[in-house]
Amino acid sequence: MAKQIVEIVMPQLAESLVNATIDRWLKEPGDMLDMYEPICELITDKVNAELPSTVRGKLVKILANAGEVVDVGTPICLVETEQESAASLPQATGMADEAVSLPAAASRPAAAAPVAAAPAALDPGAPMRSRYSPAVQRLAAENGVDLSRVAGTGLGGRITRKDVLDAIESGSALPPAPAAQAQSPAAAAVPPAPARAPEPPRIPVVEVDEGHAAPGREYAIDVTPIRNTIAKNMRQSVTEIPHAWTMVEVDLTNLVQLRSKLKDDFKKNEGINLTFMPFLLKAVVGAIKEYPLMNSVWAVDKIIVKRDINLSLAVGTEDSVLTPVIRNADQKTITGLAHEIHELARKTREGKLKLSDMQGGTFTVNNTGTFGSVLSYPIINYPQAAIMTLEAIVKRPVVIGDMIGIRSMVNLCLSFDHRILDGIICGRFHQKVKEILEGFGPDTKLY
Amino acid sequence: MPVIEYIEAIRTAMKEEMERDPEVFVLGEDVGLKGGVFGTTKGLQQQFGEARALDTPLSESAIAGVAIGAAMAGMKPIAEMQYSDFMFPATNQIISEAAKIRYRSNNDWSCPVVIRAPIGGGVFGGLYHSQCPESVFFGTPGLKIVAPSTAYDAKGLLKAAIRDPDPVLFFENKKCYRLISDEVPEEDYVVPIGKSKVMREGSDITVIGYSMPLHFAMQAAEELSREEGVEAHILDLRSLQPLDRSGILEAASKTGKILIIHEDNKTGGIGAEVAAIIAEELLYDLDAPIRRVCGPDVPAMPINPPGEKHFLLNKDKLKAEMLELARY
Repeated sequence: MAKQIVEIVMPQLAESLVNATIDRWLKEPGDMLDMYEPICELITDKVNAELPSTVRGKLVKILANAGEVVDVGTPICLVETEQESAASLPQATGMADEAVSLPAAASRPAAAAPVAAAPAALDPGAPMRSRYSPAVQRLAAENGVDLSRVAGTGLGGRITRKDVLDAIESGSALPPAPAAQAQSPAAAAVPPAPARAPEPPRIPVVEVDEGHAAPGREYAIDVTPIRNTIAKNMRQSVTEIPHAWTMVEVDLTNLVQLRSKLKDDFKKNEGINLTFMPFLLKAVVGAIKEYPLMNSVWAVDKIIVKRDINLSLAVGTEDSVLTPVIRNADQKTITGLAHEIHELARKTREGKLKLSDMQGGTFTVNNTGTFGSVLSYPIINYPQAAIMTLEAIVKRPVVIGDMIGIRSMVNLCLSFDHRILDGIICGRFHQKVKEILEGFGPDTKLY
Repeated sequence: MPVIEYIEAIRTAMKEEMERDPEVFVLGEDVGLKGGVFGTTKGLQQQFGEARALDTPLSESAIAGVAIGAAMAGMKPIAEMQYSDFMFPATNQIISEAAKIRYRSNNDWSCPVVIRAPIGGGVFGGLYHSQCPESVFFGTPGLKIVAPSTAYDAKGLLKAAIRDPDPVLFFENKKCYRLISDEVPEEDYVVPIGKSKVMREGSDITVIGYSMPLHFAMQAAEELSREEGVEAHILDLRSLQPLDRSGILEAASKTGKILIIHEDNKTGGIGAEVAAIIAEELLYDLDAPIRRVCGPDVPAMPINPPGEKHFLLNKDKLKAEMLELARY
């Protein structure tokens, strides 16, 4: 066995990218790496990605620390691999009377290679974190263990049977569980369950500023790469785009009834919850079809109108907000949209979004109602032309004709680029969305 | 307690049974004068005479046929197939006659024959001296199949096979013959057919297998315990037919992470049945997908040394698999 040191370099994650930031290391020097095992998390302008190992061996040295921006092709760590040397052929043993001996040990390179347990045991983003084996589920159910509070020491942060047994023995992770996740109608934008210990900052350098008047009364948190990206994009949007804002009120009573009627069957047939989001997306798409200018980009000397309607969906995570994209949303049924929303939300929560999931959005929808907001002023997802929010649906007394009725009302807020769009077209667009949403009723087809 | 070689355990089992019961006799190619090509039957002809250590022509179908006939007539033959690779000409006698006589005759006849055959590679024997034919016979009701991994079990199981009232295939591993030695009591004992044995206690992963590969698993388990703190629970099936269901389930539920190993190729092997038994009974105890490490699905063991090494299981292959499963 000859040992060999191999460099792992920063790969080109997408055509346009020339560098990426190392968010954090999942492995430490001394850890064994299996082929394709994630070794660190990378951040680019658009997306987080795990970097899989390209070799099997032992991580010996990290060349680029967390937080560093590394150019494509630059080595980020050194790995010691084992290569089979040209071993001399074993002596042929006689077949019959002679004694037979064990073959010379070891034929496979890095026989003892694979997989060190993920260090961040409670990391909800670990890929295997929410894959529970039957044994784990049974033990957790029998002993009332809250799995969200159990550290996962298995591959990819998986909670193993032994982890549950340990949790039972130590008495941790037993009920009462912390505040259950609220059942929001729009599961798409619900942030991941908060039932875990607060995570230390990604780059855990906290400087306590004691130079000023009140020593120890404030502290600084280093800005993480993803926060930096969000900050940059937001600033670019509000400084470049003259935002204008408008809001309409929509009566969703019929839609609420429709959803109540269908949601159990839907769950049974489709395996996911029926939320209000796919209806809103359907309405937005319908209105964009009528007013295509909403689906455009300001290019200084011209306005570029996009024929593809790719809806960005704002999805919050614990420490950031991402906008994965539903492509060609106009070609999808309400059921199709529901599945896409569910899938993107899941990928976002699990940190599995690919760069391709994030690119090409032409209009953004944000379900701010999840946080209980009834009114918000969204910042446009640069360089798009407009962004719409779905606020919380609330029952209110409403005057209809000369009567007062209890209706399920919601506000739709729209921020738009006033270089491209004016009040009239946005008003019409808004009205169209309202008209479609209010038109959903008992006869609406989901398929 | 004396430590003796695996092959010696087989020889003494036959010797003691022949001393105990005059109906017991051995037959096969070169088992008499030469004492077997491996020396397994050495001294039996000198002690018991030509009629009870019978040299036969090179005809496995005849060896099996004569043995089956003798067994039906009340004798206790031990038929030796020189290599299990040569056993296939006798397959018809074994599967269609020996296995079915009791059933077919409504209990009027029985066939207490033992057919011994060396299995396994790693002796640079190539395609006709290395095969593991267990799976060919495994799905045949009416046959019992044992495959010991230790000298103790070899002796105890061979005695049990000889005393069993029905046909038993005794698959001895030729690589174990002189490589494996362990404590074997001098006094008479039998190892019951159909009972597995825990070779090693552990709480992280369960390794289930039979015959030679278990020794690699034991070596790997010791290293993993030392280096990684991984404790493997290792179960020796010992009997392949019938399988010890309760023993398998108990060992599997101990850790919920199961690795099944054998040298016979993977598809349709004993491991497939063991995995199915676990899947049928233990869904809610599983903590990882059931895994198998077996010989590759290629027609035969290669004769060239690197090819043979690639084909066979070894300590390092098992260690890597065991560690991966432990960390799953």
